[in-house]
Amino acid sequence: MRSGIIAQKLGMTRIYTDEGINTPVTVLRVENCQVVAQRTADKNGYTAVQLGVGFAKPKNVSKAMRGHFAKASVEPKRRLAEFRVSEDNLLDVGAEIVASHFVAGQKVDCTGTTQGKGFAGVMKRHNFGGGRATHGNSLSHRSHGSTGMCQDPGKVFKGKKMAGHMGATRVTTQNLEIVSTDEDRGLILVKGAVPGSKGAWILIKDAVKGDLPDNVPMPAAIRGSAAPAAEGAE
Amino acid sequence: MNIIQQLEKEQRAKIEEKRTFPEFSPGDTVRVQVRVTEGKRTRLQAYEGVCIARSGAGLSENFTVRKISYGEGVERVFPMYSPLVEAVEIVRRGKVRRAKLYYMRNLRGKKARITENTGVRAKRLNDLERQAMLDQKAALEAEKVAAAEALAAEKAAADAAAAEAEANAAAENKDA
Repeated sequence: MRSGIIAQKLGMTRIYTDEGINTPVTVLRVENCQVVAQRTADKNGYTAVQLGVGFAKPKNVSKAMRGHFAKASVEPKRRLAEFRVSEDNLLDVGAEIVASHFVAGQKVDCTGTTQGKGFAGVMKRHNFGGGRATHGNSLSHRSHGSTGMCQDPGKVFKGKKMAGHMGATRVTTQNLEIVSTDEDRGLILVKGAVPGSKGAWILIKDAVKGDLPDNVPMPAAIRGSAAPAAEGAE
Repeated sequence: MNIIQQLEKEQRAKIEEKRTFPEFSPGDTVRVQVRVTEGKRTRLQAYEGVCIARSGAGLSENFTVRKISYGEGVERVFPMYSPLVEAVEIVRRGKVRRAKLYYMRNLRGKKARITENTGVRAKRLNDLERQAMLDQKAALEAEKVAAAEALAAEKAAADAAAAEAEANAAAENKDA
């Protein structure tokens, strides 16, 4: 199991292939993504790497976190996240992962926080059909129908789909294809939509379903030693 | 410029390197050359009609072309930067007072005519286009001539070499 990457969603655009096929893509940027800490089986009971990404102003970072970053001797980060890795793929603290960590054609899972929709009705939230537009309908055009039976259960069952808060939840979109990567600018282009608004932090991981292609860099594409890492995989 | 705009600019530059369209606007009659793949064979298919709208901006700009096919109105939307759209030729420049000519959908026959634009701007654009076409033709011709010359030179060189070889062989024969 390889480490993932933390990226920032920049927005969406389209890519035309030479055959004329139009692909909608989400542009994600990987900026200054470094390993901040390690979790090992001896010490923590599991193996993982903690990655940090972006640049935070030191004055806006708490003293405790400043100490944490100082221990790893990296600059303060905007966003931290842990990725479970297998023991042979553990990365050194301070190593910087670059966008070429993923290869074109590979499938990935993207995790983000969806855009909040506020208090949403059942039509928007659960795709209910709503009521009739005419024929004597009174104030029930977008309402749900019955919520249950009669006196027999005498209650509404738990989990009944109703109106309520929608969005702003953590969602993983699986099996998105990597269209291309740009190591110099730190860009990853993913086919299709990714949860979250522009500027949101997205966790990208190798897809849990399906096999990993052979040419991915193992244990990771590290800045400065990208070539040897790629060779190691082959 | 943000990265999305930059990426779109790069895409546009890549496609414009291969082909550019002449300037056209709603009301113009255009012939669009579309690449069609049938099985393994690809060919160009022409679609001629009136451009009734241009929508979108930048990389995602489209234009709509309307024509009457066998008495039935047909509209087709082409992306400006799709590699499948190989060329746009302007057949006629029309004079219209709207950016979107959706009223054309309700008109038939004589009423659906658009008067030709004889303005200075249209003339200038036509001249520019003609000039561009001539330039392109000249460039193609020059390329052809250059290729022919190169071929001739190659042939001459080959002939000379062959003649020399023959002469050498003859000389050797004489010596023997």
